[in-house]
Amino acid sequence: MARRIGTEVSLAVADAVKMAAPDVISAYPITPQTHIVEELSEFVANGELDAEYIPVESEHSAMSAAVGAAAAGARVYTATSSQGLALMHEILFIASSMRLPMVMTVANRSLSGPISIWNDHSDIMAERDIGWVQLFVENGQEALEFTWAAFRIGEDKRVMLPVVVNMDGFIMSHMIEPITIPDQEVVDAFLKPYEPQIKLDTADPVTFGPVGVPEVYLEAKKQCEQALLDSKAVVSEVIDDLNHTFGRQYGLVETNGAEDAETVIVTMGSLGESVMTAVDRMNANGKAVRQARIRLWRPFPVEEFMDAVSGAKKLVVIDRAISPGSVNGPVAQELKSVFYGRLDAPEIVNVIAGIGGRDVPVDDFVQMVELAEKGELAETYTLWGLDSDA
Amino acid sequence: MLKDIDLSGVDKTKLKEIHKMESMVSSGHRACQGCGEVLAMGMVTRVAGPDTIVCNATGCMEIISSPYPQTAWKVPWIHVAFENAGAVASGVEAAIKALHRKGKVSSKPNILCFGGDGATADIGFGSLSGAMERGHNLLYVCLDNEAYMNTGIQRSSSTPYGASTTTSPCGTESIGQHTQKKNMPRIIAEHGVPYVATASPSHPTDLMDKVAKALAVDGPAYLHIYSPCPTGWGSKGEKSIEIAKLAVETNLFPLYEVVGGRFGFTKKIKKVKPIGDYLKLQRRFRHLTEKEIGFIQQTVEDNYEELERFCQATAKCEE
Amino acid sequence: MSKQSICAWQRLEPGAAIRDPGNAAALKTGDWRTLVPVLNEDECIKCTMCAVFCPEFCISEHEDGFFRPDLNYCKGCGICANECPKTAITMVMEEK
Repeated sequence: MARRIGTEVSLAVADAVKMAAPDVISAYPITPQTHIVEELSEFVANGELDAEYIPVESEHSAMSAAVGAAAAGARVYTATSSQGLALMHEILFIASSMRLPMVMTVANRSLSGPISIWNDHSDIMAERDIGWVQLFVENGQEALEFTWAAFRIGEDKRVMLPVVVNMDGFIMSHMIEPITIPDQEVVDAFLKPYEPQIKLDTADPVTFGPVGVPEVYLEAKKQCEQALLDSKAVVSEVIDDLNHTFGRQYGLVETNGAEDAETVIVTMGSLGESVMTAVDRMNANGKAVRQARIRLWRPFPVEEFMDAVSGAKKLVVIDRAISPGSVNGPVAQELKSVFYGRLDAPEIVNVIAGIGGRDVPVDDFVQMVELAEKGELAETYTLWGLDSDA
Repeated sequence: MLKDIDLSGVDKTKLKEIHKMESMVSSGHRACQGCGEVLAMGMVTRVAGPDTIVCNATGCMEIISSPYPQTAWKVPWIHVAFENAGAVASGVEAAIKALHRKGKVSSKPNILCFGGDGATADIGFGSLSGAMERGHNLLYVCLDNEAYMNTGIQRSSSTPYGASTTTSPCGTESIGQHTQKKNMPRIIAEHGVPYVATASPSHPTDLMDKVAKALAVDGPAYLHIYSPCPTGWGSKGEKSIEIAKLAVETNLFPLYEVVGGRFGFTKKIKKVKPIGDYLKLQRRFRHLTEKEIGFIQQTVEDNYEELERFCQATAKCEE
Repeated sequence: MSKQSICAWQRLEPGAAIRDPGNAAALKTGDWRTLVPVLNEDECIKCTMCAVFCPEFCISEHEDGFFRPDLNYCKGCGICANECPKTAITMVMEEK
């Protein structure tokens, strides 16, 4: 029988990882991810999980050991945040270029400096081009279920890529939520054991990571890019099965609110839940507003996003990261690229909110929509909540 | 903590048999003429054999063995980056351990790691230290050619005092490298790993016996191999073994091992040669004056004496 | 459009891995050579040292018991000549 319990989201993620039966976990402590790997090391210490837990000496080594373990044919898990993700940077590209499946939870946190342990998306937005499948979750239940989905997506023969599951640091990682944990058999039926397509094997010696001379580098890059593009169909398939197995309604882009609304507020991550409340309130007050929540960030689901916001005249895009020196935050940049040159392109206004753990109350989203509709937000982006003398 | 580890049962290599043992690095590799590093790597793999997985740091040996679509490797091999060979090998080792325990793989091959002195003593120092400290069952081999040769002869922390490199050039105000070589074998020995040794391709049976012992112990092992580089040292290709031999015979690079924390020489030089014999064969030392050579001679003697004291201090008490 | 590629991207192994162990042997490094080792069989004692110290791993024992390099790979470094205890190997300019 499935259990419904109140638990911290990090612990639920650790449960999900345990139920996925990884062979190797390599991790380094960093707030706010640490509870996940602490719990996992306890499972290993208690014999509840038969895996090798490598307590590495840095995140750079966490990712390097994960690459080594995945190359040897193991199912691999790691988790990190912020500076830790930044320290992994170099190796993240190599993991995807070697087509090595693995799952990493990122408890999203702002980047130094100044040092901040609190939430925003600066860490993952600095890693947009690593070639990994990148998913966002909004609550604990999703964090649990998308951990299994992530293993299945990455290990699919058509994909063979690492997958990152983003969840907001503290806001999710440290939240106690009611979470339904299914029976192991249900997870086993959803996620089959990993069968590597290529691995370090003395019976069939393979050279991994050769020198990419100019005559092959481009083709090698194309292969990885195509695998990432092809992964979208696999993500859809896996999400369909997730919906079927657990009775959900997940999608690559999910929508809620008034279907005929001309204004759509776009979110990614846990802010989506606050915005849902704001949208419900506005709709109840007779104001037609819709919301689109981006679940799959890489590969970006262009068609699905366009469908989700069709008919919209104005997108209010909430970014949770600054892209210094650019015209917009990362999500708004992406959406402008998506719509560029299209006659039906909606106007895109950009609000950068919730930076470095700054709270964004529900009422603020109502205010953002009002200001956007009156044309009173900056043409480039608005740093929401900024204290300024001007 | 000193431990008694009995390695007397480990097979010894016979000099006359070496040529029959197959190198896991094939001919057709792209190392420079007279490369002592690839030769050492070949000797290591002649012992390790086909039941081996190799993790290679970025560097000369990675470049010369794997330009696509060709590989000189006859065994499974992985190169990830410069500073992480220790961590990659940790992951491989942990994976094999877990998969073997779960019955998903049938054998537990040797896990070998190769890195140059830059990858070992500088950029990959932390990752190597972590791998050694955590006790993974693997052999890390440092192929020390005493500078960053792959990028064009820049100094590393393993470059010896007095050597001229492209980033520690000799000049009117400089002797060249003005710091002393970082002592990696001693640093690794301080990790309390079961086996650490120095070796030189000029002494093949000594080197290969050490590989066999390193692979026989349960836990991490470290082998520091002196690897002459004609290109970086400004020496003649045919002199590589002669220079390596002189490094040993001048006591500049003593051959020793640390088994369970006990230091012991594996080769004692009866008639020690003056350091000048070694220095004069290499352009990187050409600028040194007699006075400076005298200082290096003194340093060599002091270092050797210190090592002798380590041997005495950690020796087993005779009944 | 110039391509300059080895093969189409679809034909690469995952991660551009190489599945043909030791295929570098197809690269004949012998053409790097200017000097070639010549063995004086009268002096040779078949001690194997030339094979032990060859960085190309290309010196092997022949049916007559003598050790000779595979000139497909010998780069002409001269280590074998320098290390031969009987100086039975000389490096001579190769006529090509």
